[in-house]
Amino acid sequence: MSKKAEHNIKAYGNNFTTMTPGPFAIKLRTCKIWQFIRFIVINIKMLIVVRKSHI
Amino acid sequence: MARLVVLGGGVSGHTAATFAAKWLGSAHEVVVVTPNSKWNWIPSNIWVGVGEMSKEEVTFDLAPVYAKAGINYKQAKALSINPEGSELVNKPFVTIEYTLAGREGMTENIEYDYLINATGPKLNFGATPGLGDANGLGEFTVSVCTEDHAVHANEEFQKCIQKMKKGERQKFLIGTGHGLCTCQGAAFEYILNVEHELNKAGVRDMADLKWISNESFLGDFGMGGLHMKSMGFAVSSKIFAESLFTERNVDWIIGAHVNKVEKGKVSYELLDGSMGEEEFDFSMLLPPYTGVGLKAYAKDGSDITATVFAPNGFMKVDANYSAGAYENWKADDWPKTYQNPTYGNMFACGIAFAPPHPISKPTSSPNGTPINPTPPRTGMPSGIIGKAVAHSICDRILQGENAPLHEASMAHMGAACVASAGKGIFDGTAAAMTIYPVVPDFEKYPGTGRDTDYTFGEIGLAGHWIKHILHHLFIWKAKLKAGWTLIPE
Repeated sequence: MSKKAEHNIKAYGNNFTTMTPGPFAIKLRTCKIWQFIRFIVINIKMLIVVRKSHI
Repeated sequence: MARLVVLGGGVSGHTAATFAAKWLGSAHEVVVVTPNSKWNWIPSNIWVGVGEMSKEEVTFDLAPVYAKAGINYKQAKALSINPEGSELVNKPFVTIEYTLAGREGMTENIEYDYLINATGPKLNFGATPGLGDANGLGEFTVSVCTEDHAVHANEEFQKCIQKMKKGERQKFLIGTGHGLCTCQGAAFEYILNVEHELNKAGVRDMADLKWISNESFLGDFGMGGLHMKSMGFAVSSKIFAESLFTERNVDWIIGAHVNKVEKGKVSYELLDGSMGEEEFDFSMLLPPYTGVGLKAYAKDGSDITATVFAPNGFMKVDANYSAGAYENWKADDWPKTYQNPTYGNMFACGIAFAPPHPISKPTSSPNGTPINPTPPRTGMPSGIIGKAVAHSICDRILQGENAPLHEASMAHMGAACVASAGKGIFDGTAAAMTIYPVVPDFEKYPGTGRDTDYTFGEIGLAGHWIKHILHHLFIWKAKLKAGWTLIPE
């Protein structure tokens, strides 16, 4: 898999000091099994924040 | 029988009115005054603006919903408030002007026992020459603030795609159209969706995308940025936003006050005082907000607008408006009950309440031009505040005037934000974030101002699915369908 995001960095330009995702991080974003797990986790976290906000 | 009048039928006003109608029952009256005939789930306007949703999918008619809820619905705009009544009428009242077809321009006075001001903002396109005028959006840029604006944005966007397919390179400039704008998150989500759609159409290599905003750093979002827990680090939203843009090859200009828009060109001033120009073929620039221009009059007819409203047109509530310099700001400056300090039977919620000060540190150019985001009060906080205010008023109607007021301070409240990129179930992603509290409390959470156990963000399909679910869930709730009270704001 290419390191496409890195190729967008312009030396000493606006984006020279930021971080870019590698191929593995990008793959995980669309991996259905991993994302299903994250879906459960994010929902739980959001529900906790919603609950704290209604107290 | 007591009468509660709610001005505005957006997220906050609709939440307040529907809960109040449920809690008060038929023994008391709830009146909603809103100039719109339809309710709009504004977060999904982003998808309308890139052609992934129709206007009909993000709106529904208010009349049948309010009929079902037993709410007296008046399609009209509020003009003024007489909180002491007048020389002829002893009770407080609001003056409204109908926008309903067949009754346009007719005025009416509606007496009230309690009033909720949830009018939302006036989209102040006139603040920047060329962005628009007092009547609304201009001819050079587009907006996604309303469902009709979003439809127009998509029409212009599709024209650009067609030009690119014919080999004509296009430049997209998206962000904020004034130094005092808010809702950077909406523009942020829009640029991510534009980029996604250009990829889908196979023309991404023919497009240059640029972000322009009044934030002092990318990822400020009008909340002074945030540190979110990610991969074991407390990562600044600056890194998060810059990474998202870099990955998508989107360039940015920040700390910009757009001071003029012409055909295909914006002029701007930066925080360092320098001036610049940027050309574009397509530009979506959000306007700044002000109050809707409600007036207030005392019993003798004298103008007391300055007593009831802040200079920006938003209603004064129980906030500390004399905090002064940034160094003196505290989380406790933010309102808790949203009760007007002069008239105890008036409340304001959603965007309509006057914040004590910005959340982001105020900045200005050496020329004295203020360039900093104004505080967001939309989405989840808006709904929670609306419900708390309705609860307070219902308690006072049902239990007596001394019933304690409910509190919903943005300094003790979190928010969930999901910025999608794309709409397909498996071909898009989203940046899902929670933030707690919305207003940073540097005394309670030294350093970041927020609880990093509840402030997090990540990118992926999961957030995308949540965005889809929220779209359907909140429209279901707003339509008062089965179980609507179980869906949290």
